[in-house]
Amino acid sequence: MRISREKLHWLYEVMYRIRRFEETMLEQTFRGNAMGVTHPSDGQEAVPTGICAHLTEKDWIGSTHRGHGHCIAKGLDTKAMMAEIMGRYTGQCKGKGGSMHIADFSKGMLGANAIVGASVPLAVGAALTAKYRGNEDESIGVAFFGDGATSQGVVHESMNLAAIWKLPVIFACENNQYAEATPAWYAVSTDDISARADSYGIPGVQVDGMDVFAVYEAAGQAVERARAGDGPTLLELKTYRYHGHFHADDPKKYRKSDEEEEYAERDCLQHFEKVVTEQKAMTAEQLKQIRDEIEQEMQDAVDFALNSPMPPMEELYSDVYVEYSNSLVGLR
Amino acid sequence: MTTAEATPTKTVLSEPGVLVPGPGYDVPGMDVRYRDAFNQTLRDELNHDPDVFIMGEDISGGFDRDTLEPLDAWGGPFAATKGLVQDFGPERIRDAPISEAGFVGAAVGAALTGLRPVVDLMYFDFVTVAYDQLLSNAAKSRYMFGGQTKVPLTLFARSGGGTGHAAQHSESFYSMLAHIPGLKVVVPSDPYTVRGLLAAAIRDDDPVFLVNDKKLINMTGFCPEESFTIPLGKGRYLRHGSDITLVGMSYTSVVCKQAADQLAEEGIDAEVVDMLSLSPFDEDIIVESVMKTNRVVIVDEDTPRASMASEFAAVIADKAFDYLDAPVKRVTGPHTPVPYNKGLETAFMPQPEDVVGTVKTMLGV
Ligand SMILES: Cc1ncc(C[n+]2csc(CCOP(=O)(O)OP(=O)(O)O)c2C)c(N)n1
Ligand SMILES: [Mg+2]
Repeated sequence: MRISREKLHWLYEVMYRIRRFEETMLEQTFRGNAMGVTHPSDGQEAVPTGICAHLTEKDWIGSTHRGHGHCIAKGLDTKAMMAEIMGRYTGQCKGKGGSMHIADFSKGMLGANAIVGASVPLAVGAALTAKYRGNEDESIGVAFFGDGATSQGVVHESMNLAAIWKLPVIFACENNQYAEATPAWYAVSTDDISARADSYGIPGVQVDGMDVFAVYEAAGQAVERARAGDGPTLLELKTYRYHGHFHADDPKKYRKSDEEEEYAERDCLQHFEKVVTEQKAMTAEQLKQIRDEIEQEMQDAVDFALNSPMPPMEELYSDVYVEYSNSLVGLR
Repeated sequence: MTTAEATPTKTVLSEPGVLVPGPGYDVPGMDVRYRDAFNQTLRDELNHDPDVFIMGEDISGGFDRDTLEPLDAWGGPFAATKGLVQDFGPERIRDAPISEAGFVGAAVGAALTGLRPVVDLMYFDFVTVAYDQLLSNAAKSRYMFGGQTKVPLTLFARSGGGTGHAAQHSESFYSMLAHIPGLKVVVPSDPYTVRGLLAAAIRDDDPVFLVNDKKLINMTGFCPEESFTIPLGKGRYLRHGSDITLVGMSYTSVVCKQAADQLAEEGIDAEVVDMLSLSPFDEDIIVESVMKTNRVVIVDEDTPRASMASEFAAVIADKAFDYLDAPVKRVTGPHTPVPYNKGLETAFMPQPEDVVGTVKTMLGV
């Protein structure tokens, strides 16, 4: 597999941006600046990065409660994301959605979703639009979902639909091996989720989700297949979240430290750094420069969010409908 | 004969219109947290009847990779079921995958065949994932099969705004449940009522949904030591008064009580009715109170259209029309989803000040 220098730069930049965004937003959450719960995705950066590396703004992704990484990999602005988490008017959704509902339709991002499994059919629907319109842009849909979500009926219905209609969609199962405190070995009937693809007659591939190169390669094939009109692929990306399920959750209560250490050793950023410097594709200085720039970006995002206004009270009533003839105001 | 019939428990509040037992109520008890009263009731009912078992996501939470033993790392959302798995084991405290339609349907099947399942649906919003099982199976089986069977199923979930959980985790759509013939709905408002209503729900032979407003979960209040049940379908008075009736349900009963306290300082004597059950609901207590005060405000955190507030208003219009000195007023959430931003979220939820303002407008003061 050959990856251009430009693309390598992009992969590292995006993974590091996700890492630092999660760490920064957690810090802000603990300072009381986020308005609700936040679900950090650090540890899993290679998955959205390796997949979205193949996408353009004409492609659509569906996301989850753990959606910041998907947003960043799809090119969303970290200022508007941070502002959304802080409930500000300048946020991606005017402060009305929060961490679990960040969306940017101009970037092909169908929204983070707080109902487990619920965004999967949305990506299928986006693929349906593409096919319906003759797919001149060759645009595709990608559904991100967790190991826990594979227990939802709607996820299976979505895969069957996409298979029978040969829709250009990728099912990207981020198997971080836990759903809240519940291990996948308890809740999922197989230790090979990708094998379930067989029952829908579509390809299924298990991928090391800690290795961005492996993700990039597997996703490349699935994307090519989808764009060529050959239908959906199920990718199971084995990964790990470094933090708890949400900001205040202590994962030590249900995960063993040897497991946590094993994954820390396979960290996607460190692995990337090792490979590119060994192969002399990027220098340590180049990598550091990217990190420094992102450090500044995070500082700017926090400053921007903290200095942004709250939404005005009228926003409570806006955006419910396009048009509606009754008052929406609560009875008082 | 089931064990439920074999062991009588004390029934309190059997008469509509009994003033709330609280501190000073003459049974032994003490101040406990709502969540602890809830947990204790589950414990009592598991002890009481071996056919009772609980299902839900992370209700124990986590399993040891090597021993396969449950870890009880979460003990359920808001620790509702904490500690139960140690005493009752993973067969009876059964962690479920994220398959709400599947395990609610399985609970209905278990109930149809003799068990008494209790299901934790975590957030109230997730009801809709399992709604078909609730509506088409749980609620209708007895009727459409001509009374051959019964569905002794209990479900519970956490509702309401106030925690920044945003649009998909903050619903209070009580009326979507109360609308279903065959399903009962209860809405406790303090540790005392959650204890009595949860026990009654589990012992009831029909499907019952108990809704916990998140804002109640850490609240502390009086609770009798001994196990007891509160009859389904009965409301209670939280305060007697003569100028106006405030009708609350779940957390809005707390809001009504706070509003009544503020009104008292201004010389307005409000009566507070806490509905406790939404299906069946206590028509008599509302009508009785309105006949006395001649004015009524119904306070509901749900969105206003086709809501419980609308339903109560319709009953009052029907049964107490001649006693009304002013139009029936409702204080509700707006006809919108629940916003994330704290200021907007606070504005969404009925506040005591909103109730006070409405009362003063009605009384022209
Ligand atoms: C329908 C529904 N049920 C339950 C929940 C509560 N919940 C939120 S995240 C989660 C675990 C999801 O696990 P997984 O799909 O593996 O994603 P991860 O959190 O690991 O990224 C659960 C049970 C929910 N949000 N929606
Ligand atoms: Mg997971």
